[in-house]
Amino acid sequence: MDALKLDGNAAAGLLQEIFTAEVTTARGMCAGCGAVEPVGAVSLYSGAGMVLRCPHCDAVLVKVVTDGTRIWLDARGVRALELHAPTGP
Amino acid sequence: MAGAAVLGRLTWHLAEVVEIRPETSQTKTITFDVPGWPGHRAGQHVDVRLTAEDGYQAERSYSIASSPDESRVELTVERLDDGEVSPYLTDELRPGDAIELRGPVGGYFVWDPQADGHVFLVAGGSGIVPLMAMVRQRAAERSTIPTRLLYSSRRWDDVIYRDELGRLADGSGGLDVVHTLTRTQPTGWDGYSRRVDRALLDEVAPTPSELALAYVCGPTPFVEAVAEGLVGLGHDPQRIRTERFGPTGG
Repeated sequence: MDALKLDGNAAAGLLQEIFTAEVTTARGMCAGCGAVEPVGAVSLYSGAGMVLRCPHCDAVLVKVVTDGTRIWLDARGVRALELHAPTGP
Repeated sequence: MAGAAVLGRLTWHLAEVVEIRPETSQTKTITFDVPGWPGHRAGQHVDVRLTAEDGYQAERSYSIASSPDESRVELTVERLDDGEVSPYLTDELRPGDAIELRGPVGGYFVWDPQADGHVFLVAGGSGIVPLMAMVRQRAAERSTIPTRLLYSSRRWDDVIYRDELGRLADGSGGLDVVHTLTRTQPTGWDGYSRRVDRALLDEVAPTPSELALAYVCGPTPFVEAVAEGLVGLGHDPQRIRTERFGPTGG
């Protein structure tokens, strides 16, 4: 299937729904090559679900599929994710 | 930086259309009144959700065009002929109608006014929308951050916000707008008439030592060509923020 290539910015809404935090500024480390990038800067392929890939080695970082009532998240390609703790109320 | 971002659980807002105005033959700006809107940062976007009578839902992301100092939310939507959502927004929607918006979302591709040095904005087609929110915020704050916008369009009539950009770049506010028209040019055009490549960037972009941040938004191949061109000219990849869009905007 021809998935459309975008970037992590396009996953901002879905990821914020899951993490209840702004995720595009979070820095993730690729479990494949160790590169660290803000989520907004990684590659995103959008089709039936969303697949985030490392822009350096192309390894799959995260897969997300939703059917409107449930969300399936596979993040095994991210070794670590550094999020900003929510501030304020 | 993230401290200023709007965090927490996202909710869908019911947004009422208050005005629709054409920008170009293919784009319209839709102004929404959104009760409970938490405010946004220039460069953020919203998810738009449409629900058909049979319950079928379609969701798309659109960049916010309005400046954060405006109380209403404006989206500029390009009509994609085979799109599922954009033809509804540009052709069917009327003032008084309501649609669902979720947001604002995103924090990576946002105007960061603490930046010291020159800001370089590069837009391909409707990639101008989030950059226009930045230009408008910059103007509203009377910011003096030296800012250059390089804006690639096919034709002069396809240039979104053309008159407003002309007014804002009158030479007094430190905003400089450079157009390139890649398909046809009006008679007497003395601007650029080619695609944005490394050679054009070399002429237009601030130098690596001047540049604080570059924001590049447009279709994926455009964004990648510009980002690679800037890196090839010696710019630090960490100072280049990119946002790609594609036909999912449909």
